Amino acid sequence: MAKKTHVAATVNGQPVEFLCEARQSLLEVLRDVLQLTGAKEGCNNGNCGACTVLLDGLPVDSCLVLGVEVDGARITTIEGVAHDAQLHPIQQCFLEDAALQCGICTPGFIMTAKALLDRNPNPSEHEIRFQLSGNLCRCTGYDKIVRAVQDSAKRMATGGTATTTAARANGSPATAAAARAK
Amino acid sequence: MSSSPSQRKKYKVIGTRPIRHDGADKVTGRAIYGADVRLNGTVFGRILRSPHAHAKIKAIDTSAAEKLPGVMAVTTAADFPNLKDKIANLGEGSVNLAHLSANVLAHGKALYKGHAVAAVAATSSHVADEALKLIKVDYEPLPAVTDVVQAMRDDAPLLHDDVYTNSMGKKSDKPSNVATHIHFETGRVDDAFAKADVVVQREFKTASVHQGYIEPHVATALWNEDGHLTVWTSTQGSFTARQQTAELLQIPVSQVTVVPCEIGGGFGGKIAVYLEPVAAMLSRKCGRPVKMVMNRDEVFEGTGPTPGSAMRVKLAATKDGKLVAGEAWLAYDAGAFPGGMIGPGCMCVFSCYEIPNARVDGYDVLDNKPKTQAYRAPGATQAAFACECVIDELAEKLNIDPLELRLQNAVKEGSRRVDGPTYPRIGFVETLQAAKASDHWKTPLEDPHRGRGIASGYWFNIGLKSSATASVNADGTVSLIEGSTDIGGTRASIAMQLAETLGITAEAVHPRVADTDHVGYTDVTGGSRVTFATGLAAHQVGLDIQRQMADRAAILWDCDVAKVECADGTYRANGKSMTFAELAAKLPHTGGPVVGRATVSPEGSTNGFGTHIVDVEVDPDTAKVTILRYTAIQDVGTAIHPSYVEGQMQGGAVQGIGWALNEEYFFDDSGRMQNASYLDYRMPTALDVPMIDTIIVEVPNPDHPYGVRGVGETPIVAPPAAIANAIYRATGVRMRELPMSPPKLWAAMARKPQGTTHK
Repeated sequence: MAKKTHVAATVNGQPVEFLCEARQSLLEVLRDVLQLTGAKEGCNNGNCGACTVLLDGLPVDSCLVLGVEVDGARITTIEGVAHDAQLHPIQQCFLEDAALQCGICTPGFIMTAKALLDRNPNPSEHEIRFQLSGNLCRCTGYDKIVRAVQDSAKRMATGGTATTTAARANGSPATAAAARAK
Repeated sequence: MSSSPSQRKKYKVIGTRPIRHDGADKVTGRAIYGADVRLNGTVFGRILRSPHAHAKIKAIDTSAAEKLPGVMAVTTAADFPNLKDKIANLGEGSVNLAHLSANVLAHGKALYKGHAVAAVAATSSHVADEALKLIKVDYEPLPAVTDVVQAMRDDAPLLHDDVYTNSMGKKSDKPSNVATHIHFETGRVDDAFAKADVVVQREFKTASVHQGYIEPHVATALWNEDGHLTVWTSTQGSFTARQQTAELLQIPVSQVTVVPCEIGGGFGGKIAVYLEPVAAMLSRKCGRPVKMVMNRDEVFEGTGPTPGSAMRVKLAATKDGKLVAGEAWLAYDAGAFPGGMIGPGCMCVFSCYEIPNARVDGYDVLDNKPKTQAYRAPGATQAAFACECVIDELAEKLNIDPLELRLQNAVKEGSRRVDGPTYPRIGFVETLQAAKASDHWKTPLEDPHRGRGIASGYWFNIGLKSSATASVNADGTVSLIEGSTDIGGTRASIAMQLAETLGITAEAVHPRVADTDHVGYTDVTGGSRVTFATGLAAHQVGLDIQRQMADRAAILWDCDVAKVECADGTYRANGKSMTFAELAAKLPHTGGPVVGRATVSPEGSTNGFGTHIVDVEVDPDTAKVTILRYTAIQDVGTAIHPSYVEGQMQGGAVQGIGWALNEEYFFDDSGRMQNASYLDYRMPTALDVPMIDTIIVEVPNPDHPYGVRGVGETPIVAPPAAIANAIYRATGVRMRELPMSPPKLWAAMARKPQGTTHK
């Protein structure tokens, strides 16, 4: 009997097929089979959120999903967030707001934030904190991450012209346009 | 947000907030962390760990595991060189190599639950895990001890029969779990206590806590057939990882290359090696690259924690609030091997105050926990919890505002620390003044069940060795090579100092972190040293480049180089001028490439002081503590990139909040950790904390060209004491044990006599 199952899914807009052992998690499949190492393993038991991806638009800990379960599903990983040689506003705001230090949790936070803002374009600080509470960050104390999500919401609402918290504090032109120009 | 850094007018690049150079890689998932390395032909290693907290290992039978299909190699301590006691200097601290080797793979005795006993490499990690189950270890379980005070007793289970107490250079008669006794004393302590108007003495306890970095330990090793070993790893110091790996395998350092990958947090816990030598040995045995990644429970049980402690602090003052005497007794657990964080604990306990008569006794105590490691200002947070709570109580007894009492006794330039050194220009008083002037301190907090606390903290911040080189590109940019692994944006803070020196933009510097064969020796990313010391190296690289560029300008203008002046990146002589970029384009015609180099080794400490203010609300029914408002104030010397300075202050504060309120290792009666998962260990989430306000104070460090002091560690020191002091004002209960979790606080509140006043 074959030990592996054939699975067909859509990953970052592209159809993919892979063979998967029953015990392999979606995280293992993404990292080890599809070479998409942007999703990180921090705990492998759903506590830290570093492996967050979107499964049919909803954020999931990919370590808690089996590879064989995603047949026919639509998966978005951090590798699929930037488009047309442009960072997504959330990615850009994370950079402008210095919302990462070591960066290991960053892909998971960006995926969770994207799922939140796709559903609720204008969340309150409490809603942001609640939605992000499944993602652990040990470096930042969350302040700049929450601000980056708030700034992302504004930027997405205004089509990319809102300046970030950091740019305002600096009084310097660290806007998306200036950052792209460099 | 922070106050406006004052240096902005003085500098063009320093004090601005450019996007970090590695930013795009880190928000797109492209950055290569240790676990993302995959060489062709890689096999996967896993470690068998002791289920006992203390046990003799009588025999290990690996034969069944070796026969499992897919298993490539098995190793135990028997494969490693038997190292005699030898102390290796790792820059920030030193290590006994025999102990390090026995920590990496147990030698005859398992000393904590999770202690590595054997390792397997196989075609997949699942097969390796199956093989681990086939290894038969014959254990003889021994009584275990995980409490620091119990471990000090004469009848406590003894971890090592060859460790004797070193008490001020004197060796004890018989083996002991007390590895070291430290003693500092100045003045006439007993007389001063006898004459003082007010004396407060209290006892404190703190639990073991883990650094909690999100990225588990990882290493990939390839021991090539020519004898050269390459290790790809996540480490705070590639050169110290190289040194430890070479020493444990007894091969020359030049035979080892350590490639530092992006690192997912360290906080002091990724300096010692765990997996690197084991992966190397497995690679030598099977001739394949071997990759090893820890699970989260292995990270909790096999690495890290920072010491739990038992402490007694006594302070005395005159009735008008002048501190006259201090005494501290500090016992920190070292874990399974000597060399915990007691030394800095003793040096930091009274480091914020002028205390003319003081005595400190410290004990480094072995117990059945993983070998303790540094954690952000290692040893200082425990000691500050004790001292700053006693200061608060003393202020109450004296009827003096706690901030005023601190101001009155604060160390300043010329003050002597109890362990000897005299402070140069420091900024502690300025942090207290900034706290006093802050909106937070001036805003009344009157509601029931709410309280405000304040506490201060100190960390040395070190210098140590850094190297850097940089080459000038024809387009006027500079490629910078440095050896400091970037854990929190140091590529930017280092590049900005080179840019400032050369008069170019931060974006015109391209920083790269190189492996141990491509850059000069550089000490660990730790001790809050990188922006200070590697930044100093970058500045000196800039001066070196500037001298060479002036030479080239002199050649072009056919003038004496002494006539060439350089300011803001423009070179001028005899009415002619060229920008850095214009000159860079002409280098091929003036003698070829320009490469700058520098090595530095600044000594001493740069002295970081912080003061934190916190408002809490305590639920009277559940004793849950909610942080309502938090302000971290710190003298950082000069904030090179203010966003990342704020980030360090915020991150340190929240780690301190976790330490204060929730985080702890739970052990069962046999010494086994019971909560080795994030869910049960309970680090703060985004929902547990408010925004963390920061006030950056800049009292430039006179020993750095741009005044940098280092920033990362100080912010974790004050939070537990600040929160304990706030809880007191909210509830009337003085908490003297960390964490101040709901069960402990609830019990303390229930014990409090009804109707006690406390405002």
